[in-house]
Amino acid sequence: MKKLQFSKICKNFGAVVANDNISLSLGEGEILSLLGENGAGKTTLMNILFGHYISDKGFIEVEGKRLTPGSTKASLDAGIGMVHQHFTLAENLTVLENIILGTEPLSRLWSKKKLAYKKLEALSKRFGLLINPDAKVADLTVGEKQRVEIIKALYRDASILILDEPTAVLTPQETIQLFKVLKEMVNAGLSIMFISHKLNEILEISDRIVVLRHGKLVGEVATKKANKELLAEMMVGHKVTRPAYEKLEIGKAVVELNNVCLNASDGSLGLSNINLKIHEKEIIGLAGVSGNGQFGLASILQGLTHPSSGEFKLFGQSLIKYDPRYLTKSGVARIPEDRSKEGVIGEMALWENFLGEELRSKAKSGFIIDKKKAVNNAEKLIKEYDIRCEGAFASTRLLSGGNIQKLILARSLSNNPRFIIANKPARGLDEGAISFVQHQIINAKTKGAGVLLISEDLDEIFELSDRIAVIFDGKLQGPFDASSLTINQVGLMMSGEMKEGSFNEA
Amino acid sequence: MRLKTRRNTPVWLIAALPILSILVAFIFGAFFIIWAGESPITAYIALINGALGSSFAITESLTRAIPLIFTGLAAAVAFRAKFWNIGAEGQLYCGAMAATLVGTGMIDLPSIIMIPVLFIAGALAGCLILLLPVFLKTHMKVDEVVTTLLLNFIILLFVNMLLEGPWKDPMAMGWPQAARIIDNGVLPTIVAKSRLHFGIIIALVMSIIMWAILRFTVWGYEIRAVGYNQQASTFYGISINKSVLMVALFSGGLAGMAGVSEVTGLKGYLTLTLSPGFGYTGIAVAMLAQLHPIGVIVSAIFLASIYVGADAMSRTVDIPNYIADILVAISLLSVLVGSMLARFRIVWGK
Repeated sequence: MKKLQFSKICKNFGAVVANDNISLSLGEGEILSLLGENGAGKTTLMNILFGHYISDKGFIEVEGKRLTPGSTKASLDAGIGMVHQHFTLAENLTVLENIILGTEPLSRLWSKKKLAYKKLEALSKRFGLLINPDAKVADLTVGEKQRVEIIKALYRDASILILDEPTAVLTPQETIQLFKVLKEMVNAGLSIMFISHKLNEILEISDRIVVLRHGKLVGEVATKKANKELLAEMMVGHKVTRPAYEKLEIGKAVVELNNVCLNASDGSLGLSNINLKIHEKEIIGLAGVSGNGQFGLASILQGLTHPSSGEFKLFGQSLIKYDPRYLTKSGVARIPEDRSKEGVIGEMALWENFLGEELRSKAKSGFIIDKKKAVNNAEKLIKEYDIRCEGAFASTRLLSGGNIQKLILARSLSNNPRFIIANKPARGLDEGAISFVQHQIINAKTKGAGVLLISEDLDEIFELSDRIAVIFDGKLQGPFDASSLTINQVGLMMSGEMKEGSFNEA
Repeated sequence: MRLKTRRNTPVWLIAALPILSILVAFIFGAFFIIWAGESPITAYIALINGALGSSFAITESLTRAIPLIFTGLAAAVAFRAKFWNIGAEGQLYCGAMAATLVGTGMIDLPSIIMIPVLFIAGALAGCLILLLPVFLKTHMKVDEVVTTLLLNFIILLFVNMLLEGPWKDPMAMGWPQAARIIDNGVLPTIVAKSRLHFGIIIALVMSIIMWAILRFTVWGYEIRAVGYNQQASTFYGISINKSVLMVALFSGGLAGMAGVSEVTGLKGYLTLTLSPGFGYTGIAVAMLAQLHPIGVIVSAIFLASIYVGADAMSRTVDIPNYIADILVAISLLSVLVGSMLARFRIVWGK
């Protein structure tokens, strides 16, 4: 018996076909991966399942019974639970309060907390989802918050669990932990639908994979018979080429950090005695679990934070003025970590965001904005970098994540920078966009730039880097020659182990 | 029923929004008039006649609009950067005090110099008093809503003290008012037999200057950027503290000019009744204008007409002029609801 069955689902938004005749099923105790690029129709399909949208045609059955369309309550009652990519938790409440939120009738004056405790305890034990019910959600780590989301679904007796990009926010260790839990749940008879575009994980966790492209179901394979290249091709529709690594003769040092220390005032982790030299025509990958000092290091290199002590030499000269505008002007390309909140101002037009970093240097007599020139430049870059938008005057918030990243790359790389600080440039992007970003970085290197690539994705770091450094607890190890390292060694260093013989580093 | 973000907001909608809001306000206002036992139609005719029915009425409405343009601009420019200056009322009195200090005999220059000197002095006074909340905000993270609001009362009490004490004009037969501004400092009227004075020209020029600054200059970009997104602004190299300071100087200066304009153009001397809350009404003006400096002119004239018209209405029809406050409040609420509808679309059903 099929647990969940989508039959011929069609959904149009105006002229856009979001779902085109999609039929798929989920068996009991099965993990099904739903693979597709951003905009392939995954989210629309899930929104139909949850009653946020009503499909134009087709229907959904749960255990053979038709699901009332357009009713979130019906979906929840049918035992469907969803863990969203962006958590839907009330930060100021405790774990327990979050879990029982919405499960009790409003007319009840006080919560039946004792019962809830018991049920929660049973669930935690059964699936190995350990959590302190009285902890405030705001104090939890990202991995723990996700655990709360999963428990929340299970608490409502979900037998079908939908996970939307669950690993996007997790560290490698947390991902392993999550997968363990998912396996437990499947063994207990639950069915899981896993939405992702990370090929490695999909291959690891799922039993079966269906691929969506442009709203159509384009393929279905048993995981055993699938491999990365095949999936990538099915997803994008043509062969995807990750850029080929090429070692180049390195040039002069572009960035030199000597004994840089940072005492963070805002509670984030500081830096102690960072020494790092980045040359022309090389990419240094900086690996590390998020929150180990990457933020501080990136802030310094982007000119946003003054180090507490030590020296930052940029193109051979000691940097005195920590001014992002000065850095941009002297040839630093800055790719921020949070592209939509830090990299652009959503409410402003594209042309204004293209201007952002060079606002004053490009203004007439430093004061009047040269709009005509700025718009022309924006239009040129939109074409050159194939940014999908409604033109230079469109509001930037309408762009997808991949296109916002293209905007940022176009803005910073079109000036032929000599140093690039790229903070997680490919995070959360789909295959096509990742490949684009990586090609751009490699191209810049070939043209002579030195690059510091901060990433949590070790595959990416190994694919692109000439040398690899690891940051842990505000201290740097390396950089080491990438060819002399294994992923395992880097993983160990990320958790604080020293590399053997690291004193004779490259 | 749910809300969907609009991809594009049609221009006609943005333009129609204030007009629709005003209509809504008049419709709701009608209920209160009926409640007061009068016919809304007669009442509104009396109101419109009182505001626009004669050339005298029109000049009165425009005269009333002058301080509102200044305080409306003060709020608009500050709110653009999300600097919530609620203290325009106090800054207005600071401007008026500066004009009184300089303009009642300290110096005597030809009008063409004296008037600009008074306006600059008033603007500076408005700026200076705002420095305190700015400092508290940028260095100690004290919320400026509280500090600017509370400063209003301190300043009003201070003015009160001056008018009852050292600045009390002995010629005023016991009224708490300061000495008159000297003749060279008084703004000329620009329409004969009316109270409409040269301040309206200054207000219009300031609106255009503010519009140009916001639209065409680096400062305008920075003010808007800081208002939208501080994190990205910092990334672009815009100093948040400097921008807040700049915005505060504009805002305080404009509010101070409102005080100068009232003292030198209308009253001729400083009293405690100089402003019936122009500083607060300026916030309504700015919101109704969607923070647009040119829109401020229109919305200031509109609100001024309502107030002037309601005064006239209360004289002819037996309805208290508080109806003006109701109309302004409802149109403000409608604009807030309407501006949400401009960003989002209501989708009925699923």
